[in-house]
Amino acid sequence: MMQKAARDIPPSYERVPIPLQVISYVLLFLGAAIMLLPFVWMVSTACKPPQELTRIPVTFIPENQVCRANLDGLYDRVPLFNRYLLNSALTTAGRTLGQLITCSLAAYGFARFKFPGRNILFALCLALLMVPLQAFIIQEFILINDLGWRDTFYALIVPGTFSAFALFLLRQAFLQIPIELEEAAMIDGANPLQILIYITLPLSVPALAAFGVITVQAAWNDFLWPLIVSYSPETRVLPVGLSFLIGQRNTPFNLLMMGSFLGTLPMLILFILLQRYFIEGISMSGVKR
Amino acid sequence: MSSFLNLFGKTPLTRRRALWGLLLIAPNTIGLFLFFGWPILQSFRLSFYEWNAFNTPRFVDIENFQRLYDDPMFRKALTNTLKLVGFVVPLEMGLSLSLALLLNQRLRGRILFRTIYFLPVVTSTVAASIVWAFVFQRRYGLMAAALEPFGYGDLNWLVDPDLVLFPIVVVTVWQRIGFDMVLFLAGLQNVPRVLHEAAMIDGANRWQRFRHVTLPMLSPTTFLILTLATISSFQIFDQVYIMTSRTIRGGVGGSARTLSLYLYESGFGQSSDYGYASAIAFILFMIILGITILQLIAQRRWVYYETESGE
Repeated sequence: MMQKAARDIPPSYERVPIPLQVISYVLLFLGAAIMLLPFVWMVSTACKPPQELTRIPVTFIPENQVCRANLDGLYDRVPLFNRYLLNSALTTAGRTLGQLITCSLAAYGFARFKFPGRNILFALCLALLMVPLQAFIIQEFILINDLGWRDTFYALIVPGTFSAFALFLLRQAFLQIPIELEEAAMIDGANPLQILIYITLPLSVPALAAFGVITVQAAWNDFLWPLIVSYSPETRVLPVGLSFLIGQRNTPFNLLMMGSFLGTLPMLILFILLQRYFIEGISMSGVKR
Repeated sequence: MSSFLNLFGKTPLTRRRALWGLLLIAPNTIGLFLFFGWPILQSFRLSFYEWNAFNTPRFVDIENFQRLYDDPMFRKALTNTLKLVGFVVPLEMGLSLSLALLLNQRLRGRILFRTIYFLPVVTSTVAASIVWAFVFQRRYGLMAAALEPFGYGDLNWLVDPDLVLFPIVVVTVWQRIGFDMVLFLAGLQNVPRVLHEAAMIDGANRWQRFRHVTLPMLSPTTFLILTLATISSFQIFDQVYIMTSRTIRGGVGGSARTLSLYLYESGFGQSSDYGYASAIAFILFMIILGITILQLIAQRRWVYYETESGE
């Protein structure tokens, strides 16, 4: 029996006796139901007419489904909703591309080159990881103000194009690549930039994908910073737009749920498509230190 | 001059490599210094100044901190934050570890369950808080519907000062479980099978193996998650800002105000009291730094590492 167990078990997952399996499934289903309930509730409410919002007992499938009317209602109330979506997309793209450039350059520099002060500089960069934005947000705002960037896309994007986290993540990935490949290219006369672009980056696609999804997700959902630096609707990103919407006390909840749904959908789709990289990115940043 | 050049390497080739290295790291390093390092240093200084948007900064020594000490709103915010940390962290860790243990078994549909538990992590906190604000709506919310049979359908979750922290705990835990679970799963996968097999041969049962093999081997992961969870719980902002925005932001009588929200209100509310807000930020930073240091010390003392390996 013992022998069999030891032989049959694939590298990692433990075999479970039937009663324990049943209990596990019950708990897992219960947990899944609780995790999913708010999403179901969001979609269901987004399609309810106002009268059904206050109906008792609550209904999960609206009697009169008015998804389209609620969508129109949302755009009547927030004519610039598409603008907010666009602003979020621009900010997210700008930050992610910016980080991709600055951080892959820096990660490559720290991974493969020797220069005076390298270890101290890297340690200082990592130390920044320990300081949360809130600890210096006042001064950050003052800096943006002094630069004349208040209420501009510069404020939303530029500080987010530098990252100690991405630097750390990408450096780890670059260190995994066999150095012989790079040396061969060097002998062929390639300069470091060419090596980075044609050899190191293509070989790091999984790590880049992990970095990409985590950065996109964080930028899309960021709230506190845009709330502080954006004033006009022209620079308003989606989470800030939603916060204004719920702040207007007469906004009915069906429209709020429609707005939240539209704002959540892109990230849900991204996650479902690229979930492997989300999971890898988090495991990578957390465990393999 | 030549000794200066020698700093960069002994041969022309190593010198050129050093120059390339500096060139490559320059954009990100300069950006990090400009937009993170410098403001961080300035923030500490600012907490000793009196400054709002209109006057010129004036050095006031520790006056801001004395004001904080006597400020009942600050004390309330600190207490609320500590309460949130106290509820959120154990709940979050207990639930995510349980889920990770369940999913670390050989079961059908593991990936599907993992996907479902992770969905809230990718959801924006703002959208999630809006949805949960509706779940906790008085009388017509889901929570009211669930509690109606027990006679608690009329609780005013987001207004009652005794209840308002509960919805915030729920949305926070709901959103973070998936993240911790993934880290725990990765940690569980790193527990060497041979240890379990050895324990089985010694006649250890499931519980004994969990207690004496899994838990000690998992301790680096557990400590990491504990630190991350505590640090982020001290920064709770979005949830409170959104969930109480329909009634009184920060809750009735500040019953839901957190340190972060108070920092935001002091710095960017009507008063624009930058110095005072910086002092709050300073306290918040000290707390977080303290936790990080504690974690480092604790890790040295208690955490079990299998081997001390480098890369």
